[in-house]
Amino acid sequence: MVTTHPLIEATNISQTFDQKTVLNHVSLRIHAKEIVTLIGPNGAGKSTLLKILLGLIPPSSGHVKTKKGLKIGFMPQKIQIDATLPMSVERFLKLGFKPNQQKSSSLKAQLKNLFFTAAYDSTRLEKITKELNLSALLTQPIQQVSGGEMQRILLARALIREPELLVLDEPVQGVDLKGQAELYQYINQIRHQYGCGILMVSHDLHIVMQHTDQVLCLNQHICCSGHPKNVSESPEYQTLFSGLNSAPKGIALYEHHHNHSTCEHTHGQTQISPPPNKSEAR
Amino acid sequence: MAWFPEFMTLALIGGLGLAIIAAPLGVFVVWQRQSYFGATLAHSALLGVSIGLFLETNLTLTVVVVSLLIAWAIFQLSHYKQLSSDTLLGILAHSSLAFGLIIISLQDSVQIDLMSYLFGDILSINTTDLSLIAFIAVLIFFFYRRHWQDLLNITLNPELAHVEGVAVKKVQLQFILLLALMIALSMKIVGVLLVTSLLIIPAAAARRLASTPEKMLWISLILAILSVLIGLWLSYIADLPTGPAIVMVATMFFLLLLSKKAP
Repeated sequence: MVTTHPLIEATNISQTFDQKTVLNHVSLRIHAKEIVTLIGPNGAGKSTLLKILLGLIPPSSGHVKTKKGLKIGFMPQKIQIDATLPMSVERFLKLGFKPNQQKSSSLKAQLKNLFFTAAYDSTRLEKITKELNLSALLTQPIQQVSGGEMQRILLARALIREPELLVLDEPVQGVDLKGQAELYQYINQIRHQYGCGILMVSHDLHIVMQHTDQVLCLNQHICCSGHPKNVSESPEYQTLFSGLNSAPKGIALYEHHHNHSTCEHTHGQTQISPPPNKSEAR
Repeated sequence: MAWFPEFMTLALIGGLGLAIIAAPLGVFVVWQRQSYFGATLAHSALLGVSIGLFLETNLTLTVVVVSLLIAWAIFQLSHYKQLSSDTLLGILAHSSLAFGLIIISLQDSVQIDLMSYLFGDILSINTTDLSLIAFIAVLIFFFYRRHWQDLLNITLNPELAHVEGVAVKKVQLQFILLLALMIALSMKIVGVLLVTSLLIIPAAAARRLASTPEKMLWISLILAILSVLIGLWLSYIADLPTGPAIVMVATMFFLLLLSKKAP
């Protein structure tokens, strides 16, 4: 599909914790400008795979190869900040910038920046906060923002270093469908604007981002992969949103194509179940 | 200086030095909820005392070495997720305290005033202690100058910090070793049982006045210095035990500021 070298390539990753297999020979690669969505039920090993890809834990076997000097922007699922830490949203975002390595010329400037130097591009910060509609929140203590606001703040922080690879852990968790659609459209915009590759993790097995290039269904091993189905074509989707004036854009359905002989998990009964599929035995 | 007793000079310098090294470590102990970790290190310092008496080595240096070893051991053990960290710290704190007390009791020839180690004896400060405190102050200065932003990012989320390129484990280990050094040296001044209070009370009190992490650092530094000065003075004029007097003053600051809403 893409001829350039991948940003990140994982080969035959296996992970066992206390003799329990969590990941079994998983391979994946992500190229620039490519969006990969990783879905799977709870306990499928999504978080473990993500930690291995990010270099947080070493895999039991297999290896991860990244492009040299790869800049990763990471949006964690949630973040807990102790109330005793006085920190505004603005400061939180600025801490995402790389510390200033340059020596200040004057002694006065040196004294002023004794510990707390961080060179940052304020226009860049402004642009991102504006795009994510965070400008009004900047002076608020980070501990007091709502869940949805926090997700946008974490996304802004991930973007602030101009990443080549953006890793999003459950970016739409707890967000309603309309909010999901908006976020997905923004993420698609980011891909074109920054030309970065995007890896997104979701526990939603059926509704994925429309512009995803590849969906990987993980349950210890990669069960199946493919392109999402365009939502507007799906009759179930049309029924679901028949009451709305305009259906959210940007989301899509993913049709699983694997059977019980290779993959034991069922996908649960969601309101919009995928269209009947010969290979998917229920 | 008629108003100032000469025997207090070392005590005063030591106390101020302690306030200066305690404040920057204390804010991170509070932010990272590590006060129990500090308490464990303090308890293990007594084990250092008993080992020092047993081997007849320099007490201060032995306490420093034992504390560093135990801090390093806790850091390594904390990566095994089998036991929750508070259970692990609880076991280490009390087992090292018990071992320390047993080793002390086995030595008939040595008379030791346990009280002075549990509650501190600021008049026992000597020039070795002072130079060690100065040494740590320099270490902390350079460490913070280099890693302040890294430490804040680790406090916010270690995984995010790692992905952003911070050497998380290295910085954490260095911080813990500095903390162990500070606790080992403050034992003489405030005692094993009160060491953690010097770390966390000024920082907690400063929270009420601070709107940024940096302001909280400076304010807790000022509060720690004031607590030491007023505590020493109270201890001198009213013949109070020094360590408890310092902690009492710090607690007064905390209570006074409690009524104020955090910005």
